[in-house]
Amino acid sequence: MFDRIKADFILNFVESDRWLMILKGVVATLEITSVALVIGVVIGVIIAAVRSTYDKNGEDMKRRGGASYHLLHAANTVCRLYLTVIRGTPTVVQLLIAYFIIFASSNNDILVAMIAFGINSGAYVAEIIRGGIMSIDEGQFEAGRSLGLNYYMTMRYVVVPQVIKNVLPALFNEFIVLIKETSVAGYIGVEDLTKMGDLIRSRTYSAFMPLLAVAAIYLIMVMGLTALDTRLERRLRRNER
Amino acid sequence: MKDESYLIRVEDLHKHYRDHTIHALDGVSINIKKGEVVCIIGPSGSGKSTLLRSLNLMEMPSSGHIFVDDVDITDPKIDINLHRQKMGMVFQHFNLFPNMTVQKNMTIAPEKVLKKNPDEAKKQALALLERVGLSDRADAYPDQLSGGQKQRIAIVRALMMEPEVMLFDEPTSALDPEMVGEVLDVMKELAKEGMTMVVVTHEMGFAREVAERIVFMDSGKIIETGTPEEIFESPKSERLQSFLAKVL
Repeated sequence: MFDRIKADFILNFVESDRWLMILKGVVATLEITSVALVIGVVIGVIIAAVRSTYDKNGEDMKRRGGASYHLLHAANTVCRLYLTVIRGTPTVVQLLIAYFIIFASSNNDILVAMIAFGINSGAYVAEIIRGGIMSIDEGQFEAGRSLGLNYYMTMRYVVVPQVIKNVLPALFNEFIVLIKETSVAGYIGVEDLTKMGDLIRSRTYSAFMPLLAVAAIYLIMVMGLTALDTRLERRLRRNER
Repeated sequence: MKDESYLIRVEDLHKHYRDHTIHALDGVSINIKKGEVVCIIGPSGSGKSTLLRSLNLMEMPSSGHIFVDDVDITDPKIDINLHRQKMGMVFQHFNLFPNMTVQKNMTIAPEKVLKKNPDEAKKQALALLERVGLSDRADAYPDQLSGGQKQRIAIVRALMMEPEVMLFDEPTSALDPEMVGEVLDVMKELAKEGMTMVVVTHEMGFAREVAERIVFMDSGKIIETGTPEEIFESPKSERLQSFLAKVL
């Protein structure tokens, strides 16, 4: 029994230095995830800002007139369209469209994956942050404004610090989803962790070791994210009391 | 029409929500002098809070005008932030910022809006806290305070901006009964010092004792105004009579 496991391990990871494939896969997965995460957060923050400003301050801007309201209105419409399309279609389909249609001229599959996953994640991050802003009691906005703070000051000093604390669990949940979702990158030929495990399987005709190793590595990465989340949440709570 | 003797003039204010079915304010006009303490009373849904909240445009009136220092603040070209600095507001639910200490709650607006020196703002905050007997809570967070303490902090937070008018929106309605007194005491103190105050309240005792003028509202209209004696001793309208019969 033990000998079989040992032989299986050697076959899948040691022979032909196949562990290097796993390592490369991990690096690719982490690269895609981290860049997509940054793109997602940037897109998410921008869209949440546009949408909540439109909801909270749109009336006021409309009343005062001028071009800025029309600009905001147009931006809000674009954001809503983006959210509808991205959240309404499967990630894999988006990835394939990005690779075979939008970036058809590019051979850099990793870069395409980063952008596709980033754009996808942005929609979810946007709604998480917007939900966080909406969950703040209206009285907080009113108190800020009644003291003479303008809309942006109220957002910056009063609302956003509270939002960050509130959305952290949901945001980390999205990051966890993202890291696992990148496992479909193999569809466009990216050699990420999942793809590498599958490649080893197809070469050694032994599924158990490589696939379980892949699963274990995802689990460790997700646990790392969870640990980071717990620490951040604890630190933010400490600041409150 | 310029009239120096009034700090606030409200002219034919209307406010309706959704397709004009609900008329929260139905042609309200009222003038308030500098240093005057006005209490607005009336049944719930009478529009008293809407009127108060219109005075610093927390609520945007549908039509009519509000002059503060003879400036029409309903004019879209007015910088409303500038006007809100002059009008402190105290809310029913305190609305302290939970992410800041008591002191920071008080100094954030003076520092960011008036560009006040932080040391100076701190000194001013501590002096005000001293006055309301809360100087030992400067570094506490709102969650650690009782309702009465929160509301006293909310009052001094508004005072930090050195407003010309203080607006109170049912300041004691969310308090446990034993804490109402401490908040009303601070308000009485403020009235004595000559602050112009507009107070929406259910505290008839307070209204009677402190108000120079009482405004009774019902279904979006001012039904009756008068001194506390006039309102409480000889109410003219039937609606005021039946309201007083229920609350007194």
